[in-house]
Amino acid sequence: MKKLLSVMMVMAFALSMLAGCGGGATESTGAGSADAGSVFRIGAIGPATGAAAIYGSAVKNGAQIAIDEINENGGINGAQIEYNFQDDVHDAEKSKNAYNTLKDWGMQMLLGTVTTTPCLSVAPLAVQDNTFMITPSASSPDVLVGPNVFQVCFTDPNQGSKSAEYIAENKLATKIGIIYNSADVYSTGIKDKFVEEAKAKGLEIVSDEAFTEDSKTDFTTQLKAAQDGGAELVFLPIYYQEASIILKQAKKDMGYSPIFFGVDGMDGILTVENFDTSLAEGVMLLTPFAADSDDEAVQSFVQKYQEQYGDVPNQFAADAYDGIYAIKEAAEKAGVTPDMSAQEICDAMVAVMPEINIKGLTGGDEGLQWSDTGEVNKQPKAVVIKDGKYESME
Amino acid sequence: MAKLNIKKMNKNFRGQLITYAMVIIAFVVMQILIASGSVSYLLQGLMVPLCIYSIVAVGLNLCVGYLGELSLGHAGFMCVGAFSSAFFTKCMLNTGMNETVRFLLALVIGTLTAALFGYLIGIPVLRLRGDYLAIVTLAFGEIIKNVINVLYIGRDSRGFHFSMKDATALGLEEDGEVIVNGAKGIMRIPSQSTFLIGVILLLIALFICFQLVNSRSGRAIMAIRDNRIAAESVGINITGYKLLAFTISAAIAGAGGVLYAHNLATLTAQPANFGYNMSIMILVFVVLGGMGSFRGSVIAAVLLTMIPEILRGLADYRMLIYSIILIAMMLFNWSPKFVAFRQAQMEKLFGKKKKEAV
Repeated sequence: MKKLLSVMMVMAFALSMLAGCGGGATESTGAGSADAGSVFRIGAIGPATGAAAIYGSAVKNGAQIAIDEINENGGINGAQIEYNFQDDVHDAEKSKNAYNTLKDWGMQMLLGTVTTTPCLSVAPLAVQDNTFMITPSASSPDVLVGPNVFQVCFTDPNQGSKSAEYIAENKLATKIGIIYNSADVYSTGIKDKFVEEAKAKGLEIVSDEAFTEDSKTDFTTQLKAAQDGGAELVFLPIYYQEASIILKQAKKDMGYSPIFFGVDGMDGILTVENFDTSLAEGVMLLTPFAADSDDEAVQSFVQKYQEQYGDVPNQFAADAYDGIYAIKEAAEKAGVTPDMSAQEICDAMVAVMPEINIKGLTGGDEGLQWSDTGEVNKQPKAVVIKDGKYESME
Repeated sequence: MAKLNIKKMNKNFRGQLITYAMVIIAFVVMQILIASGSVSYLLQGLMVPLCIYSIVAVGLNLCVGYLGELSLGHAGFMCVGAFSSAFFTKCMLNTGMNETVRFLLALVIGTLTAALFGYLIGIPVLRLRGDYLAIVTLAFGEIIKNVINVLYIGRDSRGFHFSMKDATALGLEEDGEVIVNGAKGIMRIPSQSTFLIGVILLLIALFICFQLVNSRSGRAIMAIRDNRIAAESVGINITGYKLLAFTISAAIAGAGGVLYAHNLATLTAQPANFGYNMSIMILVFVVLGGMGSFRGSVIAAVLLTMIPEILRGLADYRMLIYSIILIAMMLFNWSPKFVAFRQAQMEKLFGKKKKEAV
């Protein structure tokens, strides 16, 4: 009998909890319908905690700056924007939960998700619900599963081939070593295309070494392979955290200093804690955004970012900023109003997306344009780290 | 009269009925709430994961609570079940097969593959005892995850191609399709897991476990747990029964994996979903719910999966609060002082009620 009572108590507890959630939900949707017609609700998803947190925070902050600017200048079609960022811990399942949370909140457009793997699980949901989605930085071409999904960043294959082209055209090296993360979609995507393009351009790959999520603290084997192969340039299509360890082990412990060449994941290396930034001197990376650019918009963005968050924005922040402006541009062109449903807004915005052209922070001189498949068209910039700062390479 | 009957029933059987009733009532209540539109999308989306983790926790409880062997590799069995079933689904995608039949077959295939792996791994592993077994299962879980991360399988008109290097090494023809793409895993899997299927599977898992532990085999398994030498001396086939329990436990985890694979459109074997962190997470469900209590496993799995999502409002502090809640719950459930306090309160409450009734 005692057991029965305890079970009943547990059930009562569970039910009250469920009822609590249920109540919360109706409240929030109720609030949504009350507010509808006065504000646009833009949701964002990214990792705010965990190993990839720096990207999520950058996107969160970059988008916040864009939204503050737009709200100050009168909003989209005269309506203010409300912004909600949800954490997904760089996990596909959590990302789905984050998406549903935003849906409960009454999201009308989605900026996200920041990283690729979670994006692969969220994109089909956005397609199913017909919600406008633009990802600032999920770079795999596989995320573009429907007509309402767009990207602000380059696709992985694009980065791989552009890197190989750049190295070959500027004759940076002929013997190349690669260290990549075989457990990461982003890293393998770039690496595969890079190898293909490098062969076509007559570059010689002397070592091609992988690591995984479980072995990302020691890279001496991979570096040794590159050194033994006589690599003049080591291509690192990986995120900056592992790159910082590679740089330290190569330059400090092994005394091996070839040219290190990275892609946009390398962006952020100067902000790694306890990392001696002098080790990053001479590292080259291909990124669409350089914080030292003399472009007026970039300067004002960098200044605002530094004032509010204390460090120099990276490419992810810039992509998020551009993503928000892309939403604004498309929303204005399509003439959507906040009282429309997410579906109506989506249909209207998807139709005008291929027609818009925004200057943006990452677009260079030609600006950003989108194809109807959702891919962006923009030019990459190569930067080199000099005196602890990015400097554009000509 | 009915009450009397319940009282007369075997205590064990009553416990089972309560567990089934709990799951069914929870399901019915949720369905009504969903139908009436008063449940958030978040909670609706959480229904399938709740079933998944409950199923896997029930499976692990069989191994930890009844067999008495600590397994830290159950995420690996989930992973095997998930990948084998998703692979099957992808292969059959364009053959015009009935979707329900395809999903049921995927379910059978995923469960059987996980069972096979459980059996094969069990043969060497179950010869070890205690901590050694825990460490070896941990290693197996990691091996499974890492092998899948370097596995490439493609299909074209000439049949299937395998590689451990990269997708280009498959040498596919123009019309070929890469099904398992190494670290990228399997993409674009149709989402077929529903709350109903999850609950049915959970009930089946509970039924199998209850039947097993209350059978002759179950008593043999518990005898091995309690005293191996005594069990051996009365002629119980130790290895055989251990393998039986371990294989069933792995198969149930595999079924959970099938649901997992068909819940999200993408399936990758990453430390977050199939690494040892997940194995330990499932072990936490089992320990918190009480070893040997399947009902406890289900309740713990549901609560611990829901809490971090419900705490979303706390933004950056939620994982911190979550860990504090976890510690508090463990203390509340298992600290001897707390247990005594709870029982005293319970009796007070119970006594009062009795008085009122009189």
